[in-house]
Amino acid sequence: MKILVAVKRVIDYNVQIRVKEDGTGVVTDNVKMSTNPPDDNAIEEAVKIKEAGNATEVVAITVGEQKAQETVRKALAVGADRGIHVKADGILEPLAVSKILQKIVDKEKPDLVFMGKQAIDDDCNQTGQMLSALLNWPQATFASKIDVKDNKLEVTREIDEGLETIEINVPAIVTCDLRLNEPRYASLPNIMKAKKKPIEEIAASDLGVDVSPRLEQIKVEEPPKRKAGIKVANVAELVQKLKNEAKVI
Amino acid sequence: MAVLLIAEHNNKELRPFTLNAVTAASQIDSEVHAVIIGQNTAEATKQLSELPLIKKVLSVEAAHYENFTAENFTPVIVKLAENYSHIVCSANTFGKNLMPRIAAHLDTSQVSDIIKVISPDTFLRPIYAGNAFATIKSNDLKKCVTIRPTSFDPCETSGGSAPIEKIDADEEFSNTKFVKREEIKSDRPELGTARIVVSGGRGMQSGDNFKLITEIADKLGAAIGASRAAVDAGYISNDHQVGQTGKVVVPDLYIAIGISGAIQHLAGMKESKVIVAINKDGEAPIFSVADYGLEADLFEAIPQFMEELNKLNTIQK
Repeated sequence: MKILVAVKRVIDYNVQIRVKEDGTGVVTDNVKMSTNPPDDNAIEEAVKIKEAGNATEVVAITVGEQKAQETVRKALAVGADRGIHVKADGILEPLAVSKILQKIVDKEKPDLVFMGKQAIDDDCNQTGQMLSALLNWPQATFASKIDVKDNKLEVTREIDEGLETIEINVPAIVTCDLRLNEPRYASLPNIMKAKKKPIEEIAASDLGVDVSPRLEQIKVEEPPKRKAGIKVANVAELVQKLKNEAKVI
Repeated sequence: MAVLLIAEHNNKELRPFTLNAVTAASQIDSEVHAVIIGQNTAEATKQLSELPLIKKVLSVEAAHYENFTAENFTPVIVKLAENYSHIVCSANTFGKNLMPRIAAHLDTSQVSDIIKVISPDTFLRPIYAGNAFATIKSNDLKKCVTIRPTSFDPCETSGGSAPIEKIDADEEFSNTKFVKREEIKSDRPELGTARIVVSGGRGMQSGDNFKLITEIADKLGAAIGASRAAVDAGYISNDHQVGQTGKVVVPDLYIAIGISGAIQHLAGMKESKVIVAINKDGEAPIFSVADYGLEADLFEAIPQFMEELNKLNTIQK
């Protein structure tokens, strides 16, 4: 079985976001970037499946500007076999990314495509579902457990009511939740080895996909600030304030 | 053209956030039709038809719709979409799973998780876990929009009598099979809709200590929440998690106990009306969003809190 894993480069999750004064977006210059956290879970799961003898190859792919290749390199350092970088500049909406991934799937013919359930920058939560629609493949979103059974996967999904288990036939798309596994760190020797692993570069414009944005981002602004609260001296004062001032208990 | 709302239900009754989604849909256009797809949904369909904001109900029933599989729902909605300008549903796990599949079939760029309808084609939505708000205009002919339920009030539930039209079922998607659902049953209010939420973090130090949180929640008739740190440490199950990767809650009162206030947690609770933080670290970021902060050891503060609550003559439920 061959697994394609899509990864995205985003502002690191520990960075406090700053909105640009001109309202065109958030500050990204000199800001720490990393792989989108649930994409790390997707890579980890693919590598674990290969280590268990249930997959023969793990291919990491990203779509984006030149620097996005760092995320593919990182995936290679934790066990992916080779990489693909589809180069594209500017804002790419999930619909455009899923069309690009569809072209790559047509070429690579993977049995499974994994990715994080959501990117922590635009918080869209769309790409996996859109790709599975375009391919007419089954989708298992928000996966917290994956069991490989011959040409089927049994996937436990995190849903609002609790947990749901579904069985999907391969080929299929899985979007990964943070509790799926604990992503490993890359060891120094593996980081060195990853530098020798191949990354194929493809220009998005060569794939014949219209990636022009459909949405206009009119402005980006700071969320309204909460007014500063007060510190209370003790529990008795807290309860009195909740009862008599805030009137919530 | 009218707006098509996708109703969320459990086959017996509507799920509460359907009411919030109806409100959002009605702010896009007053002509709101609702589609309900399931099996043996007569009662839920009746509830839907009684919502005064709904002008027409489309009902689709078949055994393969019983478990809300997106692959089965999609072709039905894509066909109906022909007659509508917008497709709307809640941005909970039901809608997040389903809507992008529909949008891709319609070749539409979806607008996810909106918190405000500015005009029929322009919406406000949080990005970066609520650390920025983006105003987005959709230029697609058909618009697929998911709404953040806690940002819209539930609609009226009685007085309407929309006509119900039966629609033929579509084929079953054979490559996805439902196996089981393990719902977490509780006598408490649901986390997403509770008036009061009491949450514990890593400061609770163990799963056993969460009993202290439970006692307060019982006293206040509150739901129990947790930070991701507490969930990851195994103190409590993940359906209690509040935050960017858990549930977004907007209760009247949110009490954060032993929670430092990581960005990802704040994203899930900072719109709460009144926030209380109890933490022994006076510098913890949770205090920056708290209306009332108490710098104290929680193992001393919680028993005192119970005592003070017990002294009150009445407690709002």
